[in-house]
Amino acid sequence: MSRFWSVLFFCVPVSCLAIYLWSAYGFAPLATAWLPENLSYHGRTIDFLFYLIHYLAAAVLLGTGLVLAVATWRFRDQPGARARFVHTKLSLEIAWTIVPAAILIWLALYQMNAWADNKLRRPQMESAGVLRNRPPLARIVAKQFGWEVYYPGADGRLDTPDDLYVENELYVPVDVDVVLELQSRDVIHDFFVPQLRLKQDIVPGSTQYLWFRVLPIALNRRLDFVCAELCGWGHYKMNGWLYVVTPEDFALRMNELAAERLGDTPVAQGNGAQRAAELTPAVSRQPRSPTNDE
Amino acid sequence: MTNELFPSTENTDLASQSLRRRGWLRFVFSTDHKVIGLQFLFSSLIWFLVGGFLALAIRWQLAWPWTDMPIVGAWLFAAQGGQISPEYYSTLFTMHGTIMIFFVIIPILTGALGNFLIPLMIGARDMAFPRLNMMSYWLMWPGFVLIALSFLTPGYGAGAGWTSYPPLSVIAAAMPNAQDAQTYWLLALLCVGLSSMLGALNYLTTIFLMRAPGMGMWRLPMTIWGLLVTSILQAFALPVLTAALLMQLADRQWGTGFFLPEAITVNNETATGGGQPLLWQHLFWFYSHPAVYVMILPAMGIISEIISCFSRKPLFGYRPMVMAICAIAGLGFIVWGHHMFVSGMNPLLGMTFMVSTMLIALPSGIKVFNWLATIWGGRIQFQTPMLFALAFVIMFVIGGLSGILMAATPVDIYIHDTYMIVAHFHYVLFAGSVLAVFAAIHFWFPKMFGRMMHEGLGRIHFLLTFLFLNGTFFPMHLLGARGFPRRYADPYHIEAFADLLPLNQFITYCAFLMAAAQILFVINFFGSMLFGPRASRNPWNANTLEWTAESPPPHGNYATPPSVYRGPYEYSHPQAAADYWPQSSPDTA
Repeated sequence: MSRFWSVLFFCVPVSCLAIYLWSAYGFAPLATAWLPENLSYHGRTIDFLFYLIHYLAAAVLLGTGLVLAVATWRFRDQPGARARFVHTKLSLEIAWTIVPAAILIWLALYQMNAWADNKLRRPQMESAGVLRNRPPLARIVAKQFGWEVYYPGADGRLDTPDDLYVENELYVPVDVDVVLELQSRDVIHDFFVPQLRLKQDIVPGSTQYLWFRVLPIALNRRLDFVCAELCGWGHYKMNGWLYVVTPEDFALRMNELAAERLGDTPVAQGNGAQRAAELTPAVSRQPRSPTNDE
Repeated sequence: MTNELFPSTENTDLASQSLRRRGWLRFVFSTDHKVIGLQFLFSSLIWFLVGGFLALAIRWQLAWPWTDMPIVGAWLFAAQGGQISPEYYSTLFTMHGTIMIFFVIIPILTGALGNFLIPLMIGARDMAFPRLNMMSYWLMWPGFVLIALSFLTPGYGAGAGWTSYPPLSVIAAAMPNAQDAQTYWLLALLCVGLSSMLGALNYLTTIFLMRAPGMGMWRLPMTIWGLLVTSILQAFALPVLTAALLMQLADRQWGTGFFLPEAITVNNETATGGGQPLLWQHLFWFYSHPAVYVMILPAMGIISEIISCFSRKPLFGYRPMVMAICAIAGLGFIVWGHHMFVSGMNPLLGMTFMVSTMLIALPSGIKVFNWLATIWGGRIQFQTPMLFALAFVIMFVIGGLSGILMAATPVDIYIHDTYMIVAHFHYVLFAGSVLAVFAAIHFWFPKMFGRMMHEGLGRIHFLLTFLFLNGTFFPMHLLGARGFPRRYADPYHIEAFADLLPLNQFITYCAFLMAAAQILFVINFFGSMLFGPRASRNPWNANTLEWTAESPPPHGNYATPPSVYRGPYEYSHPQAAADYWPQSSPDTA
C-alpha cells in the first residue's frame, strides 16, 4: 500500500506537466486553454518571461516531486529498519539557500527592464526639436458598466469642442506607438486586453497612461477588451472592442466620427467601420443575462 | 527555564470555577483553553460547510450560467425563478472569500489549534489570561451574527469582494441592492479582528512566560514556533486593518472621505471626498498579506511536527526552519504592494515590491527542502495525518511556484485578476492550509476527544480529496493563462472566453465530487468521537509534551508539572531504546 502513495505523489508533477504541455501544444480538448496569440511588441517579452518562469518552475516541481516519490518509496516503514539520526547538515542548508537566492534575485533584476518598458518609459516623440511625451491617441473613460472613448479630433487635443466620442469601440492604428489616457467616472475599473498583454486599473480621481504598439499581424482584427477589476453587479458584461486598422483607415474612421457629430452621414455605413466589421465574425452584442438589461 | 508563574493561582481558581458550573454552561462559559479551542473548532467547521456551499453555487453559475439550480434553486432564488442573478453572484464570491478566510482558516488554525495546543505543548496548565481567552471566542459571535446579517440582508448581501475596494464598497449607489450589507460586513470583520488580537496577545504572553521548566525557545515544537510568529503578525498587522475598517465605516456612515476622490458620479448620484481610493488598498493589504502567512505559518509548523513524527526521524534543520518562519513573517510585512502592481500606484514601487516578493520564495523553499530531507532516510509510516502532510508539501510547491509568476511584475500585468490568481491562492489555502488542518485534526483527535479516528475512512477521504482538489484547482491555471477574469458571473458572452465553458464544467464536476468526499470526513469525525476505539496517552509514539497528558487532558492538563530535558524531535536516537524519546522523559540513556 505504501508504494501506492509514492506513485500517487509522483503523479502530481508528472500530470501537471502533461496537462500544461497538452494545452500549450494545442491538443484537443485543451487546445485553446493557454496563452492567446500575442499581438503586441511588449507582449513578446511578457510571454518570454511567462515561459521562462514556467520552465524554472517545472524543473523545481519535477525535482521535488521526484525526491518525494523516491524517499517515500525507499524509506517506507519496514520491520527492523531504523531511521537515520541526523539533525542537519550545514553544507546542504547553505547550498539550498544560496542557489535559489541567486536564481530569484537574478530573475527579479532580469525583468526590471520589461517592467520599465511597460509602465515607466512612456513613448516619446520629437516636436519642435525637443523630445516630448507622445500625446494620447484617445481617452477612455470607464463607468458602470461600459466604456466611453474620446478622440482628440482635428486639433489633436482632448477637452476641446471638436473631440470625437464613441462607446465601447476603440480604433487603433497598427504598428504605431499608441498612448491611451484612462479615467473612471465612478468606481475602480481595469482596462484589460488579453491579446495585447495590457492591463491597468483605472482609479477614479486620477489619470493613468498606458502604451503599446500592435504587431503588423494583427491588422484588421477585432480584439476584446474587458474590465478586470470588480466594479459592481454588471462587471462581467463590461466589455468593448478594439479594432486594429491601418493609419489610413484610422484617419478615415475619425472623419466619419466627425461627420457623424455634425449630423452629415450615418456613421455605421462608413468605410473604416465596415472594413473592420467585415474582417471579424459577427458576435451578438447583447450580453446573455436574462434578468438585467440596461 | 524555570518560571514562577507556574502553576498560576488564577488559573487553578478559574479552572475550579469552570468545573463548578453545571451542565452545558460548563462548556459554553468555559475558561479552559481546551474547551475554547474546541468551541473555535466546531464553529469554524460549521462555517466551513457554509463557505463550501457558497463555492459550489459559484461553480454552478460558471458551469451552467443562468440555468435553474436543481432542488435548492427554486427555494433560494425564488425572485429570479431559480437562477443566480448577477447581484447575487457578487454576494456569493464576496461571502465565500470572507467566510473562508476570516471565519474558517484563521480561527481554525489560531483559535482552535492555537488554543488547544499551546498550553499543552509548552507544558502549561492553561493560557496566561483565561478570561481574555473566553472573551476572544465570545467576540466571534457578534461577528457570526453580523456576517450572517450581511449575507441575508434583503436585496442582496455585501458584494464588493472580500477585498472591498472603495469607492464600490463605500458609495451606496454603486451597489444599490446591497443596502446596509456592507456596513454589517465591516462590523463583522471588526469583531473577528478584535477576537484575533486578544488571542494573539494571550498566545504571546503564554509562550513567553509560561513554558515548563527546561522548555527553552530552541526546544519549542515547530507548531508553537509557527503560532508564536503568527501571533506577532496578528498583533502588529491587525490594528492597521481595524483602523482601515473604521475609516471605511466612517466613509459609509458619517460622510468622511478617506477613500473617496473628488467628485465622482455613480448611478447619477454625486459623491465627493478628497481622499484616495488606493489608501484603502495599501492599508487593507498591509494586514491581508501578513494574513496569508497567518494562514500558512501554523500549517507549516503542524506539517513539520507530523512529518518528523511519522518519519521517525529528527526534523531536518530545526534552526533553519525556525529562521525561515521568521524570515517569511519579516518579509511578509514588506510585500503587500504585490497585490497592487497594476493598481495605479507608482510603478517604481512595483520594482521594490517585486524584489521583496521574489525573496519570500527563498525561506519557503528552504522549508520544502528541509521537509524532504526529513523524510529522506526515515522510516515512513503512511498514516492519515502523514498522507495529508506529504500532500501538503507537494501542493505547497505548486502554490509557491505559481506565486513566482505573480511576483514577476511584467507577467503579473497579464495574469493579475485572472483565474491564475484564483488557482494560486487555492493551492496555498485549500491544498495548503486546509490539508494541514485535516492532518492536524487526524493527528490530535486522540488528544482532543480521547478516541482514535478510523484509519481506513481517513485514507479514502484523503485520496478523494487529493484527487478532486487537483481536478478542481489545477485547470484554473489554464483558465488564467487564457486571461479568464475573476469575479465574472458570465464570461462566455465575450468572444475571447466563449470556448472555456467545457473546462469550467469539468472543474465544477470535480468541485462537487470534492465536496461529496467531505461527507466521509464528517462521518469519521462524529463517528469516531462516539464510537472510536479509546486512545492511549501517546498513540503515535510522539515526543512532544501534550502526549504525556491524559487523552483527553483534564482541567489543568498535567497532574504534575512536566520538566523538559531535550528538543522535540529526538526520534530514533541511537542511545534511546525506543525510536522516540519524549521531551519530558528524564532518562539519560
